Amino acid sequence: MSDFRVRIRRSDYEAILNHARSSLPSESCGLLAGEDAETRGGVRVVEKVYPLSNVDKSSEHFTIDPKEQLAAVKDMRAIRLSPLGNFHSHPETPSRPSEEDIRLAHDPKASYMILSLAGEAPTLKSFHIESGAAYEEELEIV
Amino acid sequence: MNLIVAGARKEYEDGLSVAELIVIENVETPMYVSVSVNDEFIKSGEFETTIMKENDNVEFLYFMGGGE
Repeated sequence: MSDFRVRIRRSDYEAILNHARSSLPSESCGLLAGEDAETRGGVRVVEKVYPLSNVDKSSEHFTIDPKEQLAAVKDMRAIRLSPLGNFHSHPETPSRPSEEDIRLAHDPKASYMILSLAGEAPTLKSFHIESGAAYEEELEIV
Repeated sequence: MNLIVAGARKEYEDGLSVAELIVIENVETPMYVSVSVNDEFIKSGEFETTIMKENDNVEFLYFMGGGE
C-alpha cells in the first residue's frame, strides 16, 4: 500500500461503473480530474470523471481517444481542475495493473484506477505506478 | 512569435518546429506524446517539418492506454 490517498464521490464511482458495463465486452476508460493532495490536506480528491472512448474496442486493451482526451483536458483547464490520472476496466481479470498497464504508465504522479468486473461484485482500486512497480493507493468512496 | 502552449501564452523565437518546441518545453517521454496544433493532431513523423505560426494553440497529450 502506498502513502497516497484518493477520494471519489459515489456518483462518480457509479459513472465509472456504468461506463464499464455499457462498454462490455470491451474495456472502458476515461480521465480523472480534481484537486491534488497538496491543496486538500494530503488527499487527492476526484472532482470530475470523464468517461471516454476506447479506440481499441478490445476486451484486453485500451487506448483513450486522443480527440476526446484533448477536449477533456481543455474542459479541466476551463473549470480549474487538475488532471489526476485515468481509469479503465478489466472485464475478466482482477483489479490490478497488468504488465502492459505498468509499461505504459508514464506519470508517477498520476492515479491509475482499475475497475474489475470479474467477480460477483465490481471492484475499484487505485494505484500509482513508478519505476516499473505498482503501489495500491488508499481509496475512499464517499 | 506568440504561441499558446497548454493554455498559456508565451513568446518564442520565430520559425520554431514542433520538435524544437518539445525540447524547449522539456516534454517528458516525448515518444509517448501526441501534439495538436489548433486542434489538429500532428503525425510524429512531421514534428521536424511542422513550423509554428503566430498565435498557434499547441497541446501536448500523453498516450493513455494499457491492457489486462
